[in-house]
Amino acid sequence: MKMAIAKQEVRALSGDEAVAYAVKQSDVDVVAAYPITPQTIIVERFSEYVHNGEVDTEFICVESEHSALTACLAASATGVRTFTASGSAGLALMHEILYVTSGCRAPVVMAIVNRALSAPINIHCDHADSMVERDAGWIQIYVENSQETYDSVIQAFRIAEDPDILLPTMVMLDAFVISHTLESVKVLPDDIVRKFVGTRQIPLVKNHEGKLVPFKLDPENPVTMGPLDLYDYYFEHKRQQEDAMQRASQKIKQIHDEYGEITGRRYGNGLINPYRLEDAEIAAICLGSTAGTAKTVVDQLRAKGVKAGLLRLRAYRPFPAQDVTKVLENVKAIAVMDRSHSFGAYGGPVFHEVRHTLYDAATHPQIVNYVYGLGGRDMPQTLIHEIYKELQKILETKRVKKPVRFIGVRE
Amino acid sequence: MTAKQKGWKELPIAGLCWKPSTEYFTGDWRTFKPMLDEEKCTKCLICYIDCPDVAVKWKPEDEKIEFDYNFCKGCGICANVCPSEAIKMVLE
Amino acid sequence: MMSEWKFTIKDLAEKPELLMAGHRACAGCGPAVVYRQILKAARGPIIATNATGCMEVVSTIYPYTAWSIPWIHTAFENVAANAAGIEAALKVMKKKGKLKHDHVDVIAFAGDGGTYDIGLQALSGAAERGHDFLYVLYDNEAYMNTGIQRSGGTPHGAWTTTSPAGRVIPGKLRYKKPITEIMVAHDIPYVATASPSHWKDLIKKTRKGLEVEGTAFLHVLAPCPRGWRYDTSKTIELAHLAVQTCVFPLWEVVDGEYALSAPSKVIALRPERKKPIREYLKGQGRFRHLFKPEFESVIDDLQNIVDKRWRRLLKKCGMD
Repeated sequence: MKMAIAKQEVRALSGDEAVAYAVKQSDVDVVAAYPITPQTIIVERFSEYVHNGEVDTEFICVESEHSALTACLAASATGVRTFTASGSAGLALMHEILYVTSGCRAPVVMAIVNRALSAPINIHCDHADSMVERDAGWIQIYVENSQETYDSVIQAFRIAEDPDILLPTMVMLDAFVISHTLESVKVLPDDIVRKFVGTRQIPLVKNHEGKLVPFKLDPENPVTMGPLDLYDYYFEHKRQQEDAMQRASQKIKQIHDEYGEITGRRYGNGLINPYRLEDAEIAAICLGSTAGTAKTVVDQLRAKGVKAGLLRLRAYRPFPAQDVTKVLENVKAIAVMDRSHSFGAYGGPVFHEVRHTLYDAATHPQIVNYVYGLGGRDMPQTLIHEIYKELQKILETKRVKKPVRFIGVRE
Repeated sequence: MTAKQKGWKELPIAGLCWKPSTEYFTGDWRTFKPMLDEEKCTKCLICYIDCPDVAVKWKPEDEKIEFDYNFCKGCGICANVCPSEAIKMVLE
Repeated sequence: MMSEWKFTIKDLAEKPELLMAGHRACAGCGPAVVYRQILKAARGPIIATNATGCMEVVSTIYPYTAWSIPWIHTAFENVAANAAGIEAALKVMKKKGKLKHDHVDVIAFAGDGGTYDIGLQALSGAAERGHDFLYVLYDNEAYMNTGIQRSGGTPHGAWTTTSPAGRVIPGKLRYKKPITEIMVAHDIPYVATASPSHWKDLIKKTRKGLEVEGTAFLHVLAPCPRGWRYDTSKTIELAHLAVQTCVFPLWEVVDGEYALSAPSKVIALRPERKKPIREYLKGQGRFRHLFKPEFESVIDDLQNIVDKRWRRLLKKCGMD
């Protein structure tokens, strides 16, 4: 059944405000959050919704991010819809509970405003905070602008809570560039969002009494969650998480499509968002807001006849390996842009993932890594042009002279 | 006690427990065993309320207590708290 | 205020065992006795949450569970935040007409490590926000689950594996943190101490803690035969001695009003009944080194701190 595109209102919203607005419309039961720059606008706006009686949500102003995620996890385990938001040090403080949340299969949704990690302390954008959490068993979606922020938060509830998935989901938006920049955002009417997210469906599981019971803390149907799980079963439970993660790829695409039917907005196939890649010989790969600038550069190069393209990874977990391989099958030289670094490693995390994925590609493209933009360092068009210039050189020489480079940092 | 262990496709998700502890007997931990002298027992049930292991059973229909040796670990708290010295610990 | 709940031990024996048999606590485990007694005070639908620790481990060794009520463990330092999340979820479910019950009690369990030390922040935050739940601290006075390391709840002079009875330093140097007073200072509606040696007092207090609206805190002494080094049969006897020596007096604070509970009130009225601390210490291997002549002064220190805190408590209860 095809749906008509819904009538949408244009609002001037920053990325943070877009998050708060999406959460407000998504019938969220419990929000627990702790303020951290530049996520604060999310919790401030949401507090206004609560204090003005615009939502039914129980909003817990916790005393730390650790408790924020814990409270969401426990509320989620009780069967309700939950949301939190953080970034940087706050996300790092949640680290322990990120694993517990995914291990408990609690579908918490979290917005991360990507910010550099201390020390020295810095409040601006890079992806170090969420990159270190890539192994925590959460679905990770990186967005490009405020509009996509709004759209992705709404989709995240559907993805996370899908009874076949039950994985917590984080939506990443770049500090300030997205979080604090006012954009025209098309928002759906409340009832359409509510219908799209629906009410949380709780699957049935077998409990210790041998009964099929709802997967939640319910006095009538007791379950024990979070036990001591040793070498005889722990591995099986981890294997289940990986299975859910693999199934999530299809689910992210499907929910993204379904949402696209209502809004007319799509971001590639939901997992990857290619730009002018069809006949591209050279391409850069990035996450987040940098894609906006990079697209302009691609357009400029295309105007000069350079066959340049761009690939933005929207889903980082699950990593869309097949999609990446397919979409890059004719690209000969690739620059992977990392807005974080793994000290002592051979390149940044996205480089690892992409290069490793393409190891089996028949075309065996040349790949170079650029670590950029740490601590909010600007990534202007001129620097992205430099990257594409290097790609053209690699294309000619068929050689990557120096596979791992830092760009935008003073010598 | 150990049947063929279930694989990840069969197990409930999230490490949800699927067996009651009452299927796990701790009685074989015991070295000393509580024995009740029913003559002396006043049925005050202090032993019941102070047992860590739910191993003292109150049988209201018979008006008496019984030890559940499937679970009793032989700690001796019951004998120690009994005000009428109706419980003795004896070597298994 | 609250209607007094009257019960006999036989009434309790006919109530279901919410912590079932077959858990793997050590023989003579004080915390297991405490849990059983606490859970006998349940008044209806209830959800429990547990900090990491002995009782979490021994009651839920996968695939087995000793819990016949819904129960969740997430981590060590956050059990109060678990309770906050559960309570918030129940509240919003009720608001939306999705809760099957009129009310569901929430109870959080943590040991001394999870309360005095690593869990204090989450507990303080939850108490300040006033979530409606009962927090039960089962205090066995060290990190027993990891092998008897000292905590903020370990008493002065006690041997632990991180406060060994050395040639120079005889056990733990610092005094036991007054955690109950810290919780009183949060101005929550109900704070009390209890001991499994006085089961009726403990169960009544648990019920009160469940009944009050807002955060309630119950501090329960829970002797540990492994960590305290005593014979497994003496768990209740030692808990009793802790009360009789005023090492662990029984009292409660209802809406800021202090009151001694009967077993300690008797001692306040008849001070000659207060036993010297040596009687409590001598049965425990963790204090054995203090009886060497060179360390006997530590026993005097301990007696002094117990007396000082007891006098302070009497004053607060208007019984000085």
